[in-house]
Amino acid sequence: MADIHLDPDVLSALRDVMEDEFSTLIDTFLADSEQRLRQLTVAGDATQLLEAAHSFKGSSSNMGAIRLAALCHDLEQRSKERNLSGIELLIADITREFALIRPLYEDERTRAGSAIATVRPY
Amino acid sequence: MIAVQAALEPLTILIAEDSAADRLLLSSIVRRQGHQVLTAANGAEAVEAFRQQRPQLVLMDAMMPVMDGFEAARQIKALAGETLVPIIFLTSLSESEALARCLEVGGDDFLAKPYNQVILAAKIKAMDRLRRLQETVLQQRDQIARHHDYLLNEQRVAKAVFDKVAHSGCLNAPNIRYLQSPYALFNGDLLLAAFTPAGDMHVLLGDFTGHGLPAAVGAMPLAEVFYGMTAKGYGLAETLREMNAKLKRILPVDMFCCATLLSLSFQRQSVEVWNGGMPDGYLHSIASGERTPLKARHLPLGVLTPQTFDDRTEVFPMALGDRVFLLSDGVIDTCDVNDQLFGVERLQQVFAANRQPDALFEDIEQALRDFRGEARDDVSMVEISLLDPNLLSPPAPIYSDSGQSCPLDWSVSFEFRAATLKRFNPLPYLLQLLLEVHGLRTQSGALYSVLAELYSNALEHGVLGLDSSLKRDVAGFARYYQQRNARLEALEDGYVRVHLQVTPEGEGGCLVIRVEDSGKGFDVERVMARPVDPVRLSGRGVSLIRQLGRNAHWTDDGRSARVEFFWEALA
Repeated sequence: MADIHLDPDVLSALRDVMEDEFSTLIDTFLADSEQRLRQLTVAGDATQLLEAAHSFKGSSSNMGAIRLAALCHDLEQRSKERNLSGIELLIADITREFALIRPLYEDERTRAGSAIATVRPY
Repeated sequence: MIAVQAALEPLTILIAEDSAADRLLLSSIVRRQGHQVLTAANGAEAVEAFRQQRPQLVLMDAMMPVMDGFEAARQIKALAGETLVPIIFLTSLSESEALARCLEVGGDDFLAKPYNQVILAAKIKAMDRLRRLQETVLQQRDQIARHHDYLLNEQRVAKAVFDKVAHSGCLNAPNIRYLQSPYALFNGDLLLAAFTPAGDMHVLLGDFTGHGLPAAVGAMPLAEVFYGMTAKGYGLAETLREMNAKLKRILPVDMFCCATLLSLSFQRQSVEVWNGGMPDGYLHSIASGERTPLKARHLPLGVLTPQTFDDRTEVFPMALGDRVFLLSDGVIDTCDVNDQLFGVERLQQVFAANRQPDALFEDIEQALRDFRGEARDDVSMVEISLLDPNLLSPPAPIYSDSGQSCPLDWSVSFEFRAATLKRFNPLPYLLQLLLEVHGLRTQSGALYSVLAELYSNALEHGVLGLDSSLKRDVAGFARYYQQRNARLEALEDGYVRVHLQVTPEGEGGCLVIRVEDSGKGFDVERVMARPVDPVRLSGRGVSLIRQLGRNAHWTDDGRSARVEFFWEALA
């Protein structure tokens, strides 16, 4: 079920690249995303919406949040086309998707910490 | 994920990205590849970071707050100037229009999100190669520019040194006009002029084989010999032999120097010429309008061994105002677009069309331009006219000794016999000996002229028995010198004796010169009765001696000549 939301290959690559800093990366991403969500909900026009959606799409694709990235892509496209009717529903979808993946990332972070804890003694 | 090898040489890479998570991720990837990382959260920060730390490569997000990536890229490229600082745009932009914009502002490549380590490493490597290539090109360009400057500077220095040597002569004398490109030296062209102690003028126009510095190096020793020997009173033959031997010794086989050497005598109103491999020069008689070619009769200097070298010269009479014109092969070898040579005939057409003798150079240059479309830079021309010697002022020789060791009471006698008379000119030695007497130095010109006349009278009219009346006209003049050479060649006995006696008189002193010869003598009374006539070609010697020396007289039926020089106390 979680596979649709998060790409396990990306996550394992990230863990590999970040080593000790994997949990910092996750914390940064989660904090970043909350800020993007706030920007989405207070956006005054299509341009602001577009910029926030574009950035959110970029970072979630880097983090392997496949579905979140796809939803942000839809939002970016509709903002570009000025097709804003019912856009609140799409933003709500994005909020919901983020709420869903957030605990999954927190789990990953914990696993990373324990993995390191088991490695460290050596 | 495949572990990526660290780059050979770590780079400093600037990452400009507004998303903190992406920035962190990218920094980790780039660091793992062995590079140093600088980060910026917007375009303005990126420009500032570049300004301060000059990273070698930039990863740039396109959409950022404060200043976007496009503007930041433009500013960074402007700051980088000639140095290639590759900018890779980080983007999830998909429209071709936006991608094109990245390139327009100076971007060199793209990297799409999500980031792929392997592709990123490959792109950094590729961009680094490009960057190094540009760096090498710039370094080589600067190196070439430095070498070029260096070379030009060397030429400037060489020219300055050479000008010091070359201009120790008298190219600025009022009877010389010349035209040479400023860097003619580096075409191998050489023009020298100097006065002899007797006030004659020696002129050399030379043309070394080759171009550039190699062609210029031979000019230095040649100039040294020319000036040194001319100042000491050596004639053309001795000077030519020395120049030939020196060049033969120091130059490689394929290098030599075509040259024309002249001695213009204002007092005798004649010119002596030796031409080795140069184009014909011309002796222009103003009265008749005729131009007598001064043809190359010899191989260039530096070709033959001293034993086989031929120093025979030709002597031509001149009248006041007559001109000698010499030129380098740059004139007649100028080619037109069809590789046709300008040639001697066209030069003679210019001569024929020339109305104002003073505009001859300009006429020739114009003809060359008309022929070719542009003038060559290796054209050398010189024109020397025979002026009244009073209009010329040979520079006073400079002596470096203090006078403490000046000899004041002595006499010496020489006898020069046939075998010596054939090949040795004793005048420079005699003059040098006499110039040890400081009181005589101020009259060195007159002294040398008198000594030279006494010696050549003794040799030519005495020992060789030549009739000076032969020199009455131009044809006889040439015959006279032909006979002189032939008789000297065949000479088996005879002598010229020179007695010098220096005695102190009060604060000054007196020099007595006696010259005797083994010839038949002449009718002294008849010659003395002749008026002093400076215009006739013959008999100038005797009147010159009487004008320049004191108490000149002849005894023993003209076989013994005596003349005195006096000097007062030195200032």
